Amino acid sequence: MKKTLNQKAWFFVLPVFVLVAFNAAIPLMTVINYSFQETFGNNIFFWEGTRWFKQILQSDRFHGALGRQFFFTFLILIIQIPLGIAIALSMPKEGVGVSVCLVLMSMPLLIPWNVVGAMWNIFALPEIGFLGHSLNALGIDYNYTQQPFAAWFTTILMDVWHWTSLVVLLAYAGLCAIPDAYYQAAKIDGASRWSIFRHIELPKMKKVLTIAILLRFMDSFMIYTEPFVLTGGGPGNATTFLSIDLVKMALGQFDLGPAAAMSLIYFFIVLLICWVFYNLMMRNEDQS
Amino acid sequence: MSKISLNNLSHSYLVQQNNDLDWALKDIDLEWSDGGAYALLGPSGCGKTTLLNIISGLLKPTKGEVYFDDKKITHLSSVERNIAQIFQFPVIYDTMTVFDNLAFPLRNRGISEDKIQPRVKEIAEMLDLSETLYNRASGLTADGKQKISLGRGLVRSDVNVIMFDEPLTVIDPHLKWILKSKLKELHQEINRTMIYVTHDQTEALTFADQVVVMHEGQLVQKGTPVELFEKPKHTFVGHFIGSPGMNLLPCELMNGKVNFSGAKIEMEKKISSHKTYSKTQIGIRPEFVSFSNSGIAVKILKVNNAGRHKIIDIECDGGKLKMISSVTATTPSGTAYVKFNSKYTYVYGDDWIVEE
Amino acid sequence: MNKYKWLVPTIYIIFLMLPIYWLLNMSFKTTTEIINTYSLWPQKFTLENYVTIFTDSTWYTGYLNSIYYVVINTIISVSAALPAAYAFSRYKFLGDKHLFFWLLTNRMAPPAVFALPFFQFYSSINLFDTHVAVALSHCLFNIPLAVWILEGFISAVPKELDETAYVDGYSFWRFFFRIFIPTITAGIGITMFFCFMFSWVELLLAKTLTAVAAKPIAATMTRTVSTSGYELGLLAAAGSLTIVPGAIVIYFVRNYIAKGFALGRV
Repeated sequence: MKKTLNQKAWFFVLPVFVLVAFNAAIPLMTVINYSFQETFGNNIFFWEGTRWFKQILQSDRFHGALGRQFFFTFLILIIQIPLGIAIALSMPKEGVGVSVCLVLMSMPLLIPWNVVGAMWNIFALPEIGFLGHSLNALGIDYNYTQQPFAAWFTTILMDVWHWTSLVVLLAYAGLCAIPDAYYQAAKIDGASRWSIFRHIELPKMKKVLTIAILLRFMDSFMIYTEPFVLTGGGPGNATTFLSIDLVKMALGQFDLGPAAAMSLIYFFIVLLICWVFYNLMMRNEDQS
Repeated sequence: MSKISLNNLSHSYLVQQNNDLDWALKDIDLEWSDGGAYALLGPSGCGKTTLLNIISGLLKPTKGEVYFDDKKITHLSSVERNIAQIFQFPVIYDTMTVFDNLAFPLRNRGISEDKIQPRVKEIAEMLDLSETLYNRASGLTADGKQKISLGRGLVRSDVNVIMFDEPLTVIDPHLKWILKSKLKELHQEINRTMIYVTHDQTEALTFADQVVVMHEGQLVQKGTPVELFEKPKHTFVGHFIGSPGMNLLPCELMNGKVNFSGAKIEMEKKISSHKTYSKTQIGIRPEFVSFSNSGIAVKILKVNNAGRHKIIDIECDGGKLKMISSVTATTPSGTAYVKFNSKYTYVYGDDWIVEE
Repeated sequence: MNKYKWLVPTIYIIFLMLPIYWLLNMSFKTTTEIINTYSLWPQKFTLENYVTIFTDSTWYTGYLNSIYYVVINTIISVSAALPAAYAFSRYKFLGDKHLFFWLLTNRMAPPAVFALPFFQFYSSINLFDTHVAVALSHCLFNIPLAVWILEGFISAVPKELDETAYVDGYSFWRFFFRIFIPTITAGIGITMFFCFMFSWVELLLAKTLTAVAAKPIAATMTRTVSTSGYELGLLAAAGSLTIVPGAIVIYFVRNYIAKGFALGRV
């Protein structure tokens, strides 16, 4: 679309700018402020320079949380993206089944995150939860409150349950946008089902898949409520991801300085990876 | 190459049909011989794409049969029929090079690489794609992409018939002309049956040896472009073909005599039938109306100079007409008389031509 | 292979419904029954958990608070986003691309980073423990999302529509409200759906910024776990009720989801 040059457009954008800046700029400035200072209360601050940043970047605790976070996000992406695509491919394209599928699949997305955590907390309990009870009945010694492996398993399963539908919906939208003529031409060309997926469906879904990967990366990297309600970060700190660790430090221990420094490092990592993704996405758009 | 025959073909997209309107195609009977260039012409929604998809196997008809060379193929899949179809917008495999796109149908059929190489190069040469052969297909312009679609159809040596579904829709006007000529050229070179579906009469009339005109799911007339122009068998053909279309005005038909605008109209062939119709019209193309000293009294309304000729709006008791006269001839002003060339004057009863 | 294609979504949906069913199952049992007997459906069906929630004001106000701030946020976000999205779609202006990207980065901000600063900031302007505070704080990520989605839908409407309206003599605002907005109702519907969704489910900020007056249902639920031990039946009933608004919204928006997804940005 040809856009007209109009500086007055800033008036249109002003409400948005103010509201977001209000919420973003001011808190961010506070955080930056704290990250360079030390306080012992009573609003008295001492300049500390880059001490907090060095401390965080060298702390084992931070490395632990960061490592766990990356591993968690990696597993999430590797499971949810292919799974979401596979489910979208198997969904009907028309008929009453479409609304039924879409409505039922969207339900996990609309449940408050603490309820998701609580639901799985109970669902996976060995004594009274369906999952816990069934697994133990099959002879598997399963107790997520005490075993790190079980805790990870349950957390991942919960996130798959919670968010895969988002990937499904996005992939499905991408699939529906492919005109019939492509499938017809492939039929005439004698293409196999795999060939159709590889050469028609996957390329045409590239844009929505990039959005799906971006969203899932961001949200899983920032995850807080669900695992917190499920395991509290435990057993020990087995499932303490970055956000959980940060909140513990900031609101729990009130170590404002280190918490602020960690916040900035955290934010910076997310921004960096998203910036790379964003550019990849824009580059693809320009190409096509 | 194949002779294509359609027998009593009817198709409806609905599960149950209650009336005429529920049928997309009504009782089509058609035969196309080997190697010809045919056009399916008609306005949007007349059923031509439906018909095309039934011939190519993408759609199974509700009633009737399709034959290739007298072999019934109504229920065979597209792959089994050995056809090629080019769609309205270019369908290419974005991730592959032009070469791989053209080779795709051959590779899927298990043909060996050493046979594929020369074949693809040959087709690329024919379509002027040799330079871009190793570029990514997605980088080509719209007409280049359509050529790739065409190429994928031509590259298979066993193709019976090639079908085009309004292939020039997304092409820029100045490139349309080049591509049109290319298609005609190709047909003469490879001599395969080609069926071209369009709503554009220029495309149909320049490409095809024979044109089939469709209207509301029915086959209205089949003939050469000249036949369609000179003797339309249905009012729709008269009005759709030619620019401006045929003049169609109410007239009276009684006992084989035609009365129009108070005058008796002479027809070349006498009408002997005594059938009655709810609607009778007289049809005469603007090209066949001329000024004379006597005949039908008309009032000259407007003279439009269209460059190559003049289009004159005239009015008589029977209604408004258009006539075409040469740029150099003098046009009378005010009132005059016109006569119709009896060889090209026809009467239509309930939209169909009345003969004998 | 195609014959069994329907198995895949079916199995997936069963997997999705299981934990929800389990929650409902428990909400109709007493806490004692839950702890002592394991059964796939209530042995002694009871509604007492739900009765408690509907009669105890500490419970039901939780729901009302949540709904209240979610609605406020949705209205603010969509209203502010509409003109902005229009500007991004139709106009070029100084810094437009950078502004758009900056907006998107806010969606990428970890809420954990903002928890403490928001707490201090909203306290300092006396908005702590108000619905408005939560609604405003959610704007951080909802407005960028709203602008992003709406921009996609608005760009799909050809500029010729605007130009025709000017030629016909419409003033800008009259055109905007009477002609333009009706063409993007699907897009507005989708945007409101997403704003509602992300605000309704967000917990960290909602809990941090409230204490008693604007306490969302989520905070009330955690209370059940800590003070009186595990009142599981009550917890389950409370959780089940939080699913209801989401289900209702989805039901109303179901046609738009299918249509809008195919049309717009996504």
